[in-house]
Amino acid sequence: MATQTPIPVEVPKEDQRVPVIEPGHSFATIGEKVSNIVLRRPVSLGWVFGFLVMFSGMNMLLFALGYLFMKGTGIWGITIPIGWGFAIINFVWWIGIGHAGTLISAILALLRQSWRNSINRFAEAMTLFAVACAGVFPLVHTGRPWLAYWMFPYPNSMNYWPQFRSPLIWDVFAVSTYGTISLVFWFVGLIPDLATLRDRAENPIIQKVFGLLAMGWRGSARHWHRYETAYLLLAGLATPLVLSVHTVVSFDFAVSIVPGWHTTIFPPYFVAGAIYSGFAMVVCLAIPIRAVYGMEDFITARHLENSAKVMLATGLIVGYGYFIEAFMGWYSGNTFDSFLLWNRLHGPYAPWYMSLLISNIFIPQLFWLKYFRTSTFWLWILSLVILVGMWLERFIIIVVSLHRDFLNSSWGMYYPTKWDWMTYIGTIGMFLTFMWLFVRVLPMVSIAELRTLLPEAHVHEAEEVHK
Amino acid sequence: MSGTTALENPVYGLMAEFDSPQELLDAAHKTHSAGYKDIDAFSPFPVEGLADAIGFHKNAVALVVLICGIIGGLSGFLLQVYVAVITYPVNVGGRPNFSWPSFIIVTFELTILFGGISAAVGMLALNGLPMPYHPVFNVPAFSKASDNKFFLLVSSADPKFDAARTREFLKGLAPRAISEVPS
Repeated sequence: MATQTPIPVEVPKEDQRVPVIEPGHSFATIGEKVSNIVLRRPVSLGWVFGFLVMFSGMNMLLFALGYLFMKGTGIWGITIPIGWGFAIINFVWWIGIGHAGTLISAILALLRQSWRNSINRFAEAMTLFAVACAGVFPLVHTGRPWLAYWMFPYPNSMNYWPQFRSPLIWDVFAVSTYGTISLVFWFVGLIPDLATLRDRAENPIIQKVFGLLAMGWRGSARHWHRYETAYLLLAGLATPLVLSVHTVVSFDFAVSIVPGWHTTIFPPYFVAGAIYSGFAMVVCLAIPIRAVYGMEDFITARHLENSAKVMLATGLIVGYGYFIEAFMGWYSGNTFDSFLLWNRLHGPYAPWYMSLLISNIFIPQLFWLKYFRTSTFWLWILSLVILVGMWLERFIIIVVSLHRDFLNSSWGMYYPTKWDWMTYIGTIGMFLTFMWLFVRVLPMVSIAELRTLLPEAHVHEAEEVHK
Repeated sequence: MSGTTALENPVYGLMAEFDSPQELLDAAHKTHSAGYKDIDAFSPFPVEGLADAIGFHKNAVALVVLICGIIGGLSGFLLQVYVAVITYPVNVGGRPNFSWPSFIIVTFELTILFGGISAAVGMLALNGLPMPYHPVFNVPAFSKASDNKFFLLVSSADPKFDAARTREFLKGLAPRAISEVPS
């Protein structure tokens, strides 16, 4: 049997839940509704104003980086013993956020979760932009970003090669592969929709641009056959990839001997935390976007509730990670590990640790109640709380572990400067600028995949299959 | 579109337009059973079984990805062995130069990188894309092929193709319209 099953599957028959796509839509109305945002919707004053706000945030980033390139990393709060500071905190935070996009597009595709079809496109875009923001930090943290290409293995006149036993080099490969594959996956998913936009565009210039990007896609059955194979394989390849990226990021810590870092719980706990914060960002973006662009038909209460459930589950895994860290601090009997636990609870950063426990572990338990999973207001607020909590988690992991390690003589404190904050807030501005542009220039929901969810898209074999 | 009179086949083929994926699938089965082999079907989204119906059962994308993935993994591993053992050995805490467990991550990443890129590039290349011009786009109604219409094409290159008889045959499939595709 050579029949290929398409990736999305039908909604189970006796499904009493909120549908993944509101009734009353046809193949044409889906295409119309999604493409009109790009092709017909006028640019509103509100959009321009919002764009200017986001864009000034992005410019603040450029300003902070410009000053950094002039002066060097001394303008930041990093010092010995805390040499990693904001740069790595924000790097880990952004990379983690990106994970939800790949999880939705790849893992949920393999698990045949049809509800992913309406949120995968913009979640993948979110991944790309988050990885771009993440990439900024280690790059500028090197202090000499213009020499960053030294991290790649290439024959050079210095007779130098990278050290492949270092987790930092693993990180270079993991993050750059992740960025590349996310881009490829996103673009492959876009091709049929670009063809739809090409065929619906009236402006000849826009039509040519989309025509160029669609590369002559004509929806031939042979093409779809190869396309589905390629998409399935990409999903299969991206699945271990996304699980590996935060694992490798956690190796940056776990391979070292610093108390609080040197632990085997880090890889699964980092991956769960990444998906946790990533879904929080998806929900944070999806709720305003669906309201502003009238996408409630495609991004329904079902999507939001499922995302809340994923957050609840991954949040519990993260909570388990905290528990094991604390347990090992006590059970190991190791002086330094026990001290780390004491220092988290009673040291100078104890209020931050408490805020972390409250925002990451206690408050999200509200998701056990259906009310908080379905109320868009509370869902949005709780997602913001989780995003803050996950940022605090990285702060605690990096700063608290480094500021008091083995020798009392080398203890210290970390005080971020205004340049640290400007760089961090600037990347949020850059991220939102890209999202702001993305929803207006590309179809934010996958038109072709949504169409496969309609009942009339399902066919049955009436004739005998040829040999 | 004109000026092709000198060619043997002035038309590229005949195209029938349908309203639903089910109609297209049934029509594709009938056309294939009737002996037409050089046919193609067009839909705005993947239709299950449609490729089988036009006699296209297997594609080579998976093989391309397998080969490229293996090449990626091998090149990643061998590169690291070459660097760490042969050309740039560095003593890290007395560990052996050939410390293969620490090479697994980069090997894995390059397997995924090569495999993933080859999935996209291989799919496009086997599909013959990018292709800026294709005769099917000459049919005005074909702009709906990415929207809500479904098309079946019988190529004039098919040995069984005969402008009049094929048109009669397609009419029997009860399409919404039949168009001639100029080459």
